Amino acid sequence: MSREWPLWEVFIRGSHGMSHRHVGSLHAADAEHALLSARDVYTRRNEGVSIWVVPSVQITASNPDDKGPFYEPSQSKVYRHPSFFDIPDDVGAM
Amino acid sequence: MDPVGALALRMGDNALILGHRVSEWCGHAPVLEEDIALANIALDLIGQAQLWLGLAGEVDGRSADELAFLRDTWDFRCLLLVEQPNGDFGRTVMRQFLFDAWHVEMLRGMCGSSEPRVSEIAQKAVREVEYHLERSSAQVIALGDGTEESHARMQAALEWLWPWAGEALAADPVDVALAEAGIAPAVEDLRPGWEATLRAVLGEATLTIPESDFAHRGGKDGKRHSEALGHLLTQMQWLQRAYPGAEW
Repeated sequence: MSREWPLWEVFIRGSHGMSHRHVGSLHAADAEHALLSARDVYTRRNEGVSIWVVPSVQITASNPDDKGPFYEPSQSKVYRHPSFFDIPDDVGAM
Repeated sequence: MDPVGALALRMGDNALILGHRVSEWCGHAPVLEEDIALANIALDLIGQAQLWLGLAGEVDGRSADELAFLRDTWDFRCLLLVEQPNGDFGRTVMRQFLFDAWHVEMLRGMCGSSEPRVSEIAQKAVREVEYHLERSSAQVIALGDGTEESHARMQAALEWLWPWAGEALAADPVDVALAEAGIAPAVEDLRPGWEATLRAVLGEATLTIPESDFAHRGGKDGKRHSEALGHLLTQMQWLQRAYPGAEW
Protein backbone atom coordinates (compact mmCIF):
# COMPACT_ATOMS: atom_id res chain seq x y z
CA MET A 1 0.00 0.00 0.00
CA SER A 2 1.23 3.48 -0.86
CA ARG A 3 2.38 5.63 2.04
CA GLU A 4 1.28 8.76 0.20
CA TRP A 5 -2.10 10.36 0.74
CA PRO A 6 -4.40 10.14 -2.26
CA LEU A 7 -4.36 12.91 -4.85
CA TRP A 8 -7.23 15.42 -5.13
CA GLU A 9 -8.03 17.88 -7.90
CA VAL A 10 -8.99 21.35 -6.72
CA PHE A 11 -11.54 23.64 -8.39
CA ILE A 12 -12.14 27.19 -7.25
CA ARG A 13 -14.80 29.73 -8.10
CA GLY A 14 -13.63 33.31 -7.75
CA SER A 15 -15.84 36.09 -6.49
CA HIS A 16 -16.57 37.27 -10.08
CA GLY A 17 -16.55 33.86 -11.70
CA MET A 18 -19.60 31.92 -12.80
CA SER A 19 -17.97 28.51 -12.75
CA HIS A 20 -15.38 26.57 -10.81
CA ARG A 21 -12.01 26.39 -12.54
CA HIS A 22 -9.34 23.78 -12.09
CA VAL A 23 -6.40 25.32 -10.22
CA GLY A 24 -4.22 22.34 -9.35
CA SER A 25 -3.99 19.29 -7.17
CA LEU A 26 -2.84 18.27 -3.71
CA HIS A 27 -2.43 15.26 -1.46
CA ALA A 28 -4.81 14.79 1.48
CA ALA A 29 -6.05 11.99 3.71
CA ASP A 30 -9.76 12.58 3.08
CA ALA A 31 -12.20 15.05 1.55
CA GLU A 32 -12.41 17.36 4.57
CA HIS A 33 -8.65 17.45 4.84
CA ALA A 34 -8.41 18.18 1.14
CA LEU A 35 -10.81 21.14 1.50
CA LEU A 36 -8.80 22.63 4.37
CA SER A 37 -5.52 22.18 2.52
CA ALA A 38 -7.01 23.61 -0.67
CA ARG A 39 -8.01 26.68 1.28
CA ASP A 40 -4.45 27.07 2.52
CA VAL A 41 -2.64 26.23 -0.69
CA TYR A 42 -4.88 27.84 -3.33
CA THR A 43 -6.82 30.73 -1.74
CA ARG A 44 -4.04 32.56 0.10
CA ARG A 45 -4.40 35.61 -2.14
CA ASN A 46 -8.14 35.91 -1.88
CA GLU A 47 -8.75 33.94 -5.06
CA GLY A 48 -11.92 32.15 -4.17
CA VAL A 49 -15.35 32.04 -2.61
CA SER A 50 -16.08 28.36 -3.23
CA ILE A 51 -13.91 25.26 -3.42
CA TRP A 52 -14.56 21.81 -4.87
CA VAL A 53 -12.23 18.90 -4.33
CA VAL A 54 -12.52 15.70 -6.35
CA PRO A 55 -10.49 12.51 -5.93
CA SER A 56 -8.18 12.40 -8.94
CA VAL A 57 -8.94 8.70 -9.45
CA GLN A 58 -12.59 9.62 -10.10
CA ILE A 59 -11.69 11.62 -13.18
CA THR A 60 -12.03 9.79 -16.47
CA ALA A 61 -9.79 11.44 -19.03
CA SER A 62 -9.73 11.20 -22.79
CA ASN A 63 -6.79 9.35 -24.24
CA PRO A 64 -4.19 11.68 -25.85
CA ASP A 65 -3.46 8.95 -28.44
CA ASP A 66 -7.06 9.22 -29.68
CA LYS A 67 -6.85 12.86 -30.48
CA GLY A 68 -6.97 12.31 -34.25
CA PRO A 69 -10.41 10.70 -34.39
CA PHE A 70 -11.55 12.70 -31.34
CA TYR A 71 -10.82 16.23 -32.46
CA GLU A 72 -9.76 16.42 -36.10
CA PRO A 73 -13.24 15.97 -37.59
CA SER A 74 -14.39 19.20 -35.98
CA GLN A 75 -11.59 21.24 -37.49
CA SER A 76 -13.26 21.32 -40.91
CA LYS A 77 -16.77 22.16 -39.65
CA VAL A 78 -16.53 25.92 -39.78
CA TYR A 79 -20.33 26.15 -40.10
CA ARG A 80 -20.63 25.00 -36.49
CA HIS A 81 -19.31 28.36 -35.32
CA PRO A 82 -22.16 30.84 -35.05
CA SER A 83 -20.17 33.48 -36.89
CA PHE A 84 -22.34 33.87 -39.98
CA PHE A 85 -25.11 35.80 -38.32
CA ASP A 86 -25.60 39.51 -37.93
CA ILE A 87 -26.46 40.07 -34.31
CA PRO A 88 -28.92 42.93 -33.78
CA ASP A 89 -27.39 45.65 -31.59
CA ASP A 90 -30.16 45.52 -29.00
CA VAL A 91 -29.32 41.91 -28.14
CA GLY A 92 -26.37 43.20 -26.14
CA ALA A 93 -23.28 41.25 -25.16
CA MET A 94 -23.37 37.58 -26.11
CA MET B 1 0.63 49.68 33.99
CA ASP B 2 -2.31 50.85 31.94
CA PRO B 3 -4.70 47.87 31.67
CA VAL B 4 -5.21 48.23 27.91
CA GLY B 5 -1.44 48.20 27.44
CA ALA B 6 -1.10 45.14 29.67
CA LEU B 7 -3.76 43.27 27.72
CA ALA B 8 -2.29 44.26 24.35
CA LEU B 9 1.14 43.10 25.46
CA ARG B 10 -0.20 39.72 26.58
CA MET B 11 -2.19 39.15 23.40
CA GLY B 12 0.63 40.44 21.22
CA ASP B 13 3.29 38.33 22.89
CA ASN B 14 1.15 35.19 22.61
CA ALA B 15 0.67 35.78 18.90
CA LEU B 16 4.31 36.75 18.30
CA ILE B 17 5.89 33.84 20.15
CA LEU B 18 3.51 31.19 18.84
CA GLY B 19 3.83 32.71 15.36
CA HIS B 20 7.58 32.39 15.59
CA ARG B 21 7.36 28.83 16.87
CA VAL B 22 5.05 27.77 14.05
CA SER B 23 7.27 29.53 11.50
CA GLU B 24 10.12 27.25 12.59
CA TRP B 25 8.33 24.51 10.59
CA CYS B 26 8.67 26.46 7.35
CA GLY B 27 10.51 24.18 4.94
CA HIS B 28 10.49 21.28 7.43
CA ALA B 29 6.86 20.15 7.66
CA PRO B 30 6.10 16.50 6.82
CA VAL B 31 4.27 17.31 3.58
CA LEU B 32 4.10 20.36 1.32
CA GLU B 33 0.43 21.08 2.07
CA GLU B 34 1.10 21.20 5.82
CA ASP B 35 4.15 23.37 5.28
CA ILE B 36 2.08 26.00 3.50
CA ALA B 37 -0.77 25.76 6.00
CA LEU B 38 1.58 26.18 8.96
CA ALA B 39 3.24 29.16 7.31
CA ASN B 40 -0.20 30.73 6.79
CA ILE B 41 -1.03 30.29 10.46
CA ALA B 42 2.32 31.72 11.50
CA LEU B 43 1.75 34.75 9.28
CA ASP B 44 -1.78 35.26 10.65
CA LEU B 45 -0.37 35.25 14.17
CA ILE B 46 2.49 37.61 13.37
CA GLY B 47 0.00 39.95 11.71
CA GLN B 48 -2.07 39.89 14.90
CA ALA B 49 1.09 40.51 16.92
CA GLN B 50 1.72 43.66 14.89
CA LEU B 51 -1.74 44.98 15.74
CA TRP B 52 -1.57 44.14 19.43
CA LEU B 53 2.00 45.32 19.93
CA GLY B 54 1.14 48.46 17.98
CA LEU B 55 -1.57 49.13 20.54
CA ALA B 56 0.73 48.24 23.44
CA GLY B 57 3.30 50.63 21.97
CA GLU B 58 0.77 53.47 21.74
CA VAL B 59 0.30 53.15 25.46
CA ASP B 60 3.97 52.73 26.24
CA GLY B 61 5.70 54.96 23.66
CA ARG B 62 7.61 52.22 21.83
CA SER B 63 7.06 50.80 18.37
CA ALA B 64 5.79 47.26 17.81
CA ASP B 65 9.21 46.35 16.40
CA GLU B 66 11.00 47.65 19.48
CA LEU B 67 8.68 45.64 21.69
CA ALA B 68 9.20 42.49 19.63
CA PHE B 69 12.94 42.66 19.13
CA LEU B 70 14.42 44.66 21.98
CA ARG B 71 12.87 43.20 25.11
CA ASP B 72 14.43 40.42 27.12
CA THR B 73 12.78 37.30 28.49
CA TRP B 74 11.39 38.76 31.72
CA ASP B 75 9.58 41.55 29.84
CA PHE B 76 7.54 39.11 27.75
CA ARG B 77 3.97 38.39 28.82
CA CYS B 78 3.13 35.33 26.71
CA LEU B 79 1.62 32.15 28.10
CA LEU B 80 4.10 29.40 28.94
CA LEU B 81 2.22 27.13 26.51
CA VAL B 82 3.15 29.10 23.38
CA GLU B 83 6.88 29.24 24.10
CA GLN B 84 7.23 25.44 24.40
CA PRO B 85 9.37 23.88 21.67
CA ASN B 86 7.68 22.33 18.64
CA GLY B 87 8.62 18.73 19.49
CA ASP B 88 7.25 16.32 16.91
CA PHE B 89 4.45 17.27 14.53
CA GLY B 90 1.88 15.86 16.97
CA ARG B 91 3.04 18.09 19.78
CA THR B 92 2.92 21.14 17.49
CA VAL B 93 -0.64 20.27 16.48
CA MET B 94 -1.72 19.68 20.08
CA ARG B 95 -0.12 22.93 21.32
CA GLN B 96 -1.95 24.79 18.54
CA PHE B 97 -5.26 23.17 19.43
CA LEU B 98 -4.97 23.88 23.17
CA PHE B 99 -4.06 27.49 22.42
CA ASP B 100 -6.70 27.99 19.69
CA ALA B 101 -9.44 26.65 21.97
CA TRP B 102 -8.62 29.39 24.51
CA HIS B 103 -7.73 32.07 21.94
CA VAL B 104 -11.05 31.88 20.14
CA GLU B 105 -13.04 32.24 23.40
CA MET B 106 -10.86 35.16 24.48
CA LEU B 107 -11.21 36.99 21.16
CA ARG B 108 -14.96 36.42 21.00
CA GLY B 109 -15.25 37.91 24.47
CA MET B 110 -13.13 40.90 23.49
CA CYS B 111 -15.25 41.67 20.42
CA GLY B 112 -17.62 43.38 22.85
CA SER B 113 -14.86 45.15 24.77
CA SER B 114 -15.56 48.54 26.35
CA GLU B 115 -12.30 49.67 24.72
CA PRO B 116 -12.87 50.23 20.97
CA ARG B 117 -9.21 49.70 20.04
CA VAL B 118 -9.39 46.25 21.64
CA SER B 119 -12.69 45.22 20.06
CA GLU B 120 -11.47 46.36 16.64
CA ILE B 121 -8.42 44.07 16.73
CA ALA B 122 -10.42 41.20 18.25
CA GLN B 123 -13.03 41.36 15.49
CA LYS B 124 -10.35 41.11 12.83
CA ALA B 125 -8.38 38.36 14.57
CA VAL B 126 -11.32 36.16 15.53
CA ARG B 127 -12.07 35.27 11.90
CA GLU B 128 -8.54 33.97 11.46
CA VAL B 129 -8.51 32.14 14.75
CA GLU B 130 -11.84 30.42 14.12
CA TYR B 131 -10.16 28.88 11.09
CA HIS B 132 -7.06 27.97 13.11
CA LEU B 133 -9.29 26.11 15.57
CA GLU B 134 -11.21 24.36 12.79
CA ARG B 135 -7.92 23.15 11.31
CA SER B 136 -6.20 22.15 14.53
CA SER B 137 -9.35 20.33 15.72
CA ALA B 138 -9.53 18.35 12.49
CA GLN B 139 -5.88 17.39 12.83
CA VAL B 140 -6.17 16.38 16.47
CA ILE B 141 -9.12 14.15 15.54
CA ALA B 142 -7.42 12.68 12.46
CA LEU B 143 -4.19 11.89 14.28
CA GLY B 144 -5.71 10.95 17.65
CA ASP B 145 -8.16 8.57 16.01
CA GLY B 146 -5.62 7.51 13.42
CA THR B 147 -3.01 4.79 13.54
CA GLU B 148 -1.66 3.21 16.70
CA GLU B 149 1.47 5.32 16.41
CA SER B 150 -0.28 8.62 15.73
CA HIS B 151 -2.69 7.97 18.62
CA ALA B 152 0.21 7.27 20.99
CA ARG B 153 2.04 10.41 19.87
CA MET B 154 -1.04 12.60 20.31
CA GLN B 155 -1.78 11.19 23.77
CA ALA B 156 1.87 11.76 24.74
CA ALA B 157 1.69 15.33 23.37
CA LEU B 158 -1.46 16.03 25.37
CA GLU B 159 0.11 14.74 28.58
CA TRP B 160 3.35 16.64 27.98
CA LEU B 161 1.56 19.93 27.25
CA TRP B 162 -1.17 19.66 29.83
CA PRO B 163 0.72 21.32 32.74
CA TRP B 164 1.43 24.29 30.43
CA ALA B 165 -2.17 24.65 29.24
CA GLY B 166 -3.86 25.65 32.49
CA GLU B 167 -2.17 29.02 32.95
CA ALA B 168 -4.52 30.67 30.43
CA LEU B 169 -7.51 29.69 32.57
CA ALA B 170 -6.06 30.83 35.92
CA ALA B 171 -6.97 34.46 36.63
CA ASP B 172 -4.36 36.84 38.02
CA PRO B 173 -4.84 40.46 39.23
CA VAL B 174 -4.37 41.87 35.70
CA ASP B 175 -7.12 39.59 34.36
CA VAL B 176 -9.42 40.60 37.19
CA ALA B 177 -8.83 44.33 36.60
CA LEU B 178 -9.45 43.93 32.86
CA ALA B 179 -12.70 42.07 33.45
CA GLU B 180 -13.92 44.62 35.99
CA ALA B 181 -13.29 47.42 33.49
CA GLY B 182 -15.18 45.48 30.79
CA ILE B 183 -12.08 45.52 28.57
CA ALA B 184 -11.67 41.73 28.43
CA PRO B 185 -13.93 38.82 29.42
CA ALA B 186 -13.55 37.30 32.88
CA VAL B 187 -11.26 34.27 32.81
CA GLU B 188 -13.85 32.07 34.51
CA ASP B 189 -16.32 32.91 31.72
CA LEU B 190 -13.92 31.42 29.17
CA ARG B 191 -13.64 28.07 30.89
CA PRO B 192 -16.99 26.49 29.89
CA GLY B 193 -16.40 27.11 26.18
CA TRP B 194 -12.77 25.98 26.38
CA GLU B 195 -13.69 22.81 28.24
CA ALA B 196 -16.57 22.02 25.89
CA THR B 197 -14.22 22.31 22.89
CA LEU B 198 -11.66 20.07 24.57
CA ARG B 199 -14.21 17.44 25.56
CA ALA B 200 -15.76 17.33 22.09
CA VAL B 201 -12.55 17.27 20.07
CA LEU B 202 -10.39 15.13 22.34
CA GLY B 203 -13.31 12.75 22.83
CA GLU B 204 -13.75 12.30 19.09
CA ALA B 205 -9.97 11.91 18.84
CA THR B 206 -10.20 9.01 21.36
CA LEU B 207 -7.69 10.83 23.60
CA THR B 208 -7.86 10.89 27.38
CA ILE B 209 -7.76 14.27 29.12
CA PRO B 210 -5.27 14.13 32.03
CA GLU B 211 -6.90 14.28 35.46
CA SER B 212 -4.34 16.58 37.07
CA ASP B 213 -5.27 20.25 37.28
CA PHE B 214 -1.69 21.29 38.05
CA ALA B 215 -0.64 24.26 35.95
CA HIS B 216 2.72 26.01 35.74
CA ARG B 217 2.41 29.75 36.24
CA GLY B 218 4.63 32.69 35.44
CA GLY B 219 4.34 33.32 31.70
CA LYS B 220 1.64 35.96 31.41
CA ASP B 221 2.98 37.89 34.41
CA GLY B 222 6.57 37.42 33.23
CA LYS B 223 7.73 36.16 36.62
CA ARG B 224 8.94 32.72 35.60
CA HIS B 225 9.19 31.99 31.90
CA SER B 226 10.40 28.54 30.92
CA GLU B 227 13.92 28.02 29.65
CA ALA B 228 12.60 27.66 26.11
CA LEU B 229 11.73 31.35 25.70
CA GLY B 230 15.32 32.60 26.01
CA HIS B 231 16.48 30.20 23.32
CA LEU B 232 13.67 31.33 21.04
CA LEU B 233 14.55 35.00 21.54
CA THR B 234 18.19 34.46 20.63
CA GLN B 235 16.99 33.21 17.24
CA MET B 236 14.18 35.72 16.75
CA GLN B 237 16.06 38.82 17.89
CA TRP B 238 19.64 38.20 16.75
CA LEU B 239 19.47 40.40 13.65
CA GLN B 240 18.23 43.50 15.49
CA ARG B 241 20.69 42.80 18.29
CA ALA B 242 23.63 42.37 15.91
CA TYR B 243 22.66 45.21 13.55
CA PRO B 244 20.59 47.65 15.63
CA GLY B 245 18.00 49.52 13.59
CA ALA B 246 18.60 47.43 10.45
CA GLU B 247 15.83 47.77 7.86
CA TRP B 248 15.20 46.20 4.47
